[in-house]
Amino acid sequence: MLAFILRRLAQSIVVMAVVALIAFMLFRYVGDPVANLVGQEARMSDIEALRDRLGLNDPFYVQFGRFIGNALQFEFGISYRLQQPVSELIVSRLPATIELAFASALIALVFGVTLGVLTALRPKSATTAVIMTLSLVGVSLPTFLIGIGLIYVFAVELQWLPSFGRGSVVDLGWWRTGLLTESGLRSLVLPAITLSLFQLTLIMRLVRAEMLEVLRADYIRFAKARGLSQRAINFGHALKNTLVPVITITGLQLGSVIAFSIVTETVFQWPGVGSLFIASVQVVDVPVMAAYLMFIAFVFVVINLIVDILYYAVDPRLRVQAIGSGK
Amino acid sequence: MRKLLLTASVLALGAMTMPASAETVRWARNSDALTLDPHSQNQGTTHTFIHHIYETLVDRDVEGTLIPRLATEWAVKEDDPTVWVFKLREGVKFHDGADFTAEDVVFSLDRARSDKSNMRQLHSSVDSVTAIDDYTVEVKMTGPSPLYPNNMTNTFMMDKTWTEANNAVTVQEAGSQDDNYAVRNTNGTGPYVLESRDPDVRSVMKINEDHWAETKPAVTEIIYLPIADNATRVAALLSGEVDIVQDVPVQDVERLGGTDGVKVTTGPENRIIYFGYKMGEEPLKSSNVTDKNPIADPKVREAMHLAIDRNAIKQVVMRGQSVPSGVATPPFVNGWTPELDAYPEKADVEGAKALLAEAGYPDGFTVTLDTPNNRYVNDEAISQAVVGMLGQIGIKVTLASRPIAQHSPLIQNSDTDFYLLGWGVPTFDSAYIFNDLIHTNEGDFGAYNPGGYSNPELDAKIQSLATEVDIEKRDATIAEIWATVQEDRVLLPIHNQVLAYAMKDKYQLDVHPENQPRMYEVTISE
Repeated sequence: MLAFILRRLAQSIVVMAVVALIAFMLFRYVGDPVANLVGQEARMSDIEALRDRLGLNDPFYVQFGRFIGNALQFEFGISYRLQQPVSELIVSRLPATIELAFASALIALVFGVTLGVLTALRPKSATTAVIMTLSLVGVSLPTFLIGIGLIYVFAVELQWLPSFGRGSVVDLGWWRTGLLTESGLRSLVLPAITLSLFQLTLIMRLVRAEMLEVLRADYIRFAKARGLSQRAINFGHALKNTLVPVITITGLQLGSVIAFSIVTETVFQWPGVGSLFIASVQVVDVPVMAAYLMFIAFVFVVINLIVDILYYAVDPRLRVQAIGSGK
Repeated sequence: MRKLLLTASVLALGAMTMPASAETVRWARNSDALTLDPHSQNQGTTHTFIHHIYETLVDRDVEGTLIPRLATEWAVKEDDPTVWVFKLREGVKFHDGADFTAEDVVFSLDRARSDKSNMRQLHSSVDSVTAIDDYTVEVKMTGPSPLYPNNMTNTFMMDKTWTEANNAVTVQEAGSQDDNYAVRNTNGTGPYVLESRDPDVRSVMKINEDHWAETKPAVTEIIYLPIADNATRVAALLSGEVDIVQDVPVQDVERLGGTDGVKVTTGPENRIIYFGYKMGEEPLKSSNVTDKNPIADPKVREAMHLAIDRNAIKQVVMRGQSVPSGVATPPFVNGWTPELDAYPEKADVEGAKALLAEAGYPDGFTVTLDTPNNRYVNDEAISQAVVGMLGQIGIKVTLASRPIAQHSPLIQNSDTDFYLLGWGVPTFDSAYIFNDLIHTNEGDFGAYNPGGYSNPELDAKIQSLATEVDIEKRDATIAEIWATVQEDRVLLPIHNQVLAYAMKDKYQLDVHPENQPRMYEVTISE
């Protein structure tokens, strides 16, 4: 077990290094940050001086080396745009993204599993057909359209929910939460639904497929033969055994929810790391972009690690294998 | 009983501090101020925000005219044309209660022209600043500078004592490691006091009850809300969550104007949208004519000018929201005349073709057009329209569209054959245009003249503008320069951008030519 984790950790470090390199290489093509930093009246000599000061005239490997050196100390420099330390910026924006991500994951999980089970148990009913069709729509509409559509219906026309922002927040010192105020909760509804729709569909279809398969398995038939109640069979045996892939997908999707909440955050002006990233890309705020990509890579690496370890916990066969092969 | 008393006194206190009619305006635009340090960035969004908290010596009204603010009058010294004398307003106080005096002006101007300040280009001809008495300041220039006050409309006055006490004397430098107290804290003389700030999310300003102005603003509290997404920003107005929206997308102007309870004010911005091209003898790198530069021939430039239907661009691309232009300067600017601004009502395709044939390109030629796609209103769509119009006379244009962050290095490095650019004129004087767009690209001049246009005679005239004190003579020189620029077709102007502000219909806010709306000028009808 320990050896397994150590090996995974080593792999993770390699992944992080590669991400850093690629991210850094990409930035050379995003544009010239200096053009955005200086005004229209700037003289060429001033622009050149600023480039020098920011180290943009150094060769690529020097810039990269400096970046890695600083990143190892969690030091990502000062945002060109907001003039604040990048690590501070990201930390202050994280609570918003995490609350949104977990709220949408929760919606996706609860509705996804429920609907998945429902449609698997009644594969031929009309309700199932409707749900399956709707889910196709949900999966194929782009997030920003869903977001704008929800804003139009619930904010502009019905005026039930706010169209942007996070509402009022409560500062707990190390965490600014919107979950404790009414306006904060109301603000969460539309973006969380928008962000959850894709995951919801995915989980639902996965649970349904797995469930249908498991229900055909021998041990379910034996269970039926033993006279166990339908309820015990469906939830105690069938559902439990469909959960391994669901854990994987949910775990991995949680990573992508955090990473790709960019669109949702932009549409709803949600003050999280995603909208921070977009605002930074527009003005080529390299320190923020680099730190953000590193952060996202880190999230994925950690989640993958946790998922792998969870496998161990859920699926006894893996443990047996590990012991058997001397690991 | 005690509790009741407490409640009563809290209520009384609340009633006392509340102005007779509290009016909160929620103001949304597409981005936030970059910093609160008044001299760190020379950027419109930042200036607009800071104008509510800090004040300048002179200001500009919605007509584009210079008006007094912290200075009540200013003039060139009688016996010395290189000295500007500013008389300061008396009885002005900073938000912390300190008096505003000449010392603060000297300090602020010196800070604004210090090395790390992004405002220093506007004060580059200042030699020294001296306080004569508490309410008189003399600014000694390196030479006669007749238009210096034009450069001061975004240079804010700070309190010397406060800034020194908080170690903020050095300007926050873009991209540097050192933080600065003034980046997040303010102490101005302006009509509003900063109450809270959460960058990119929400900033709140409360009215400054001790402000010097006789008429108090109708708006007593400002909630400033950056909303980046166009659709969301407009939706927030329609759903009633914000009151005034700046940066209204062109395609929504008409629809918002027709919505109940919402109105839109529009007006020309002090910004010209134009095309520029390479004019040197060297062949273009993106053309199929490889032995010479077709655009170097004035006939070709004339043909391109004739081929463009500016009215069509206004109607189709801009949905009526632009002012077509025949000269590369907005009408606000000193030197603009209706004659210069004349442009062909319709494209003259036959005439243009004939000119091209005369120049030796009966079948036209190919060239790449570089355009930004996120900087000016419908920038990419304007370029697409021009591609079609030039195609009609045989010039086959390939469009290369990039975000402004990638587009502007092309201009600065002269790495483009044909490009779209927009130019604002903060000094409201033609010299500002000539210095950067027309003068030969050398030294501090011609930074945005990548086309290689070079006319030594014109350069001399342009340089003479900076120190000419005889206004009539100076205006005559400006007219001469424009005449040559137009004759040589150095730039291909398209239109002046039009701005739109949308708001709930009880508010009234006029469009500011520099896109700097002031919430203290908002009037409210019940």
